[in-house]
Amino acid sequence: MKKNDIILILILLCIGGAGFFVLNLTKDSGSIVNVSIDGKLTDTYDLSVDATYEITGYDGGKNTLVIKDHEAYMTEADCPDQVCVKTGKIHRVGESIVCLPHRVVVEISKEGEEAEVDTVSQ
Amino acid sequence: MKSKKIAYYGLCIALAFVLSYVESLFPTFIAVPGVKLGLTNLVVLIALVKIGKKDAFFINMIRILLVGFTFGTAFSLLYSFAGGILSFLVMMLFYGKNQFSVIGVSVAGGVAHNVGQILVAMMVLESKALVYYLPVLILSGTLAGVVVGILCGEVVKRLPNHTS
Repeated sequence: MKKNDIILILILLCIGGAGFFVLNLTKDSGSIVNVSIDGKLTDTYDLSVDATYEITGYDGGKNTLVIKDHEAYMTEADCPDQVCVKTGKIHRVGESIVCLPHRVVVEISKEGEEAEVDTVSQ
Repeated sequence: MKSKKIAYYGLCIALAFVLSYVESLFPTFIAVPGVKLGLTNLVVLIALVKIGKKDAFFINMIRILLVGFTFGTAFSLLYSFAGGILSFLVMMLFYGKNQFSVIGVSVAGGVAHNVGQILVAMMVLESKALVYYLPVLILSGTLAGVVVGILCGEVVKRLPNHTS
């Protein structure tokens, strides 16, 4: 192996890595918010309609989902860890907010595409 | 000398053909179409190093045609030719300058092959969404190229030196 080989390989790895990163950051905005509880799709909301929804999760836990300005986020959850609230705002296809204690998954998808609920984990 | 060359052609094409088949037996590990090892490029590389440019090109084209007719469809043949020709031109470029070892040549060829296929697929399917595959295919092409390049180096080392 020559020095040029290593340079070439590193450059290609950088291009590939950078491309991967950039393309994922600029992924399409979604249009649909899918809410599933305990692995089952329960509600589908329009991402372009501003609203506040109360989600009753597994074991009666409550989450407050807000859709505003084409973004979805959790404002409240009656669980101790508050991970879903800290996740912040999502709007790109494939992005999700997960609340493990209540088994709630909020995922963004696009019209015409099926919600990408992980079939393996179901 | 001529009959010897014909024998080498036959040998290389047969080997490339078998390797194509072997590769089709591997399960697809990643859900991205186009990610593969490119074992057949091993034969093209060896031919390039041991016999010559023209011969390697000839072997490559025959290989694509045969494999396409046997395992593929008209469309996959189109992709294969696009990938195969681009990959070969790029390999020529890298090989000719003599500044890269066979590993560098193999990496360049592997990546060019994947990029060529995606570009043709984008044109045929008129879909920009395929761009998302590009980074993955560049990465996989690089890694596969390293593996094939190392293999090629080892094989060439062990081959007798009277092919031409």
